[in-house]
Amino acid sequence: MSPEAFITLEPHSIVFLLIVGFIGGLVSGFIGSGGAFVLTPGMMSLGVPGVVAVASNLCHKFPKALVGAYKRYQYGQVDVKLGLWMALTASLGMWWGAGIQQDIRRAYGEAGSNLYVSLAFVVVLTIVGLFVLRDAVRLYRSGVAEETSRLARWVQSVEIPGTMVHFRVANTRVSVLFVLPLGFLTGLLASTIAVGGFIGVPGMIYVLGAPSLVASATELVIAFVMGLGGTFKFALGGMVDIRLAMLILLGSLFGIQLGAIGTTFVKPFMIKVVMATVMLIVAVSRALVLPVYLTQLGLASLDPAMMKMLERTSFAFMVLALAAGAFIIVGAMLSSYRHA
Amino acid sequence: MKSATFSPGRPWLGLAVSGVASGMCYGALFVYEKEVMAFFTRTDGWYPLLPVLTAFVFSFTHGAFTGYFWEVVGVVAKPVREQVEE
Repeated sequence: MSPEAFITLEPHSIVFLLIVGFIGGLVSGFIGSGGAFVLTPGMMSLGVPGVVAVASNLCHKFPKALVGAYKRYQYGQVDVKLGLWMALTASLGMWWGAGIQQDIRRAYGEAGSNLYVSLAFVVVLTIVGLFVLRDAVRLYRSGVAEETSRLARWVQSVEIPGTMVHFRVANTRVSVLFVLPLGFLTGLLASTIAVGGFIGVPGMIYVLGAPSLVASATELVIAFVMGLGGTFKFALGGMVDIRLAMLILLGSLFGIQLGAIGTTFVKPFMIKVVMATVMLIVAVSRALVLPVYLTQLGLASLDPAMMKMLERTSFAFMVLALAAGAFIIVGAMLSSYRHA
Repeated sequence: MKSATFSPGRPWLGLAVSGVASGMCYGALFVYEKEVMAFFTRTDGWYPLLPVLTAFVFSFTHGAFTGYFWEVVGVVAKPVREQVEE
């Protein structure tokens, strides 16, 4: 990597990285993932090349996940065994997803790759986000305890000799033949939209039957393993800007500890509320830029001023997603404290 | 969560020690920025391990500092038995 690929740090860039790092950390500490979807395009808007932004984001992600996982392990929320089983195939999914990305970029160029990523964002986040939101609203209205989904009860009932594993903290006994594909999908999504947790956490809750507190905490173990592997891969190409990564980490370690503490104050369904809110706003953000990429591929026609406006609005929605997540978390913590 | 007042029961020493360690890490990173960037982006030998090892060191020092920070300002987790049950 040539020295020109690494930007000169200006005060406004440093402040941006610290603030987004803190808010991203807060959301990650609470729901197990978040921040990457704002940090990577945010760094690019500061002039950082895309590959350096991805590499530097990963380099802050694994130490952040390590601290978050340790903190939540202290609260008895992390199922290390489940996290490691998922991480095993998540790494494979990440590797496979990166290959798909390269093939699409080769065949359809940068715009084709962006369109693929944005479509994945919109489809996955809308479907999963609406499902999680519906569940959160149901729990809020009924006031009943979180219960195991029908799908998870079926998964738990399937006995495949030689493959059954008991996950003590998640309080579920399932065949690893269900766990491994879920890990693979988590890695695949992580390599596509940078946030594997949007599949991993709902998957652990609705497919395996883990409580949402345990699922969001266990996701941090998967994020640690994937982030560590990804960082090393990019470091082999000299693409990590350690200054950017450590500046983000400076804010995000304050945030992730606060988010982790927050999980001990709020009702478990709040994890679902925050996750659904963030997912659905991000889906809107990515839907807004679909016409831009279609135009770049010659499949639609928009004037340049309109394209610029859509791109800016899309980024604003990304920031809004993170801010809304942080707002709900802090609000829920304060409300819980007042009623304590 | 309790308000931040000086209390001997709070981990002030841990906060100070980890704060100095974290500050030294960040100081070294930015004082020697040019040298750090030259070494950390090399792709030969063991150099690619430098960003990974650095991230671990920062996560321990700054992670300890941020942990003590929230404890000192009074933002601490609820004991497990008191946590909210649905």
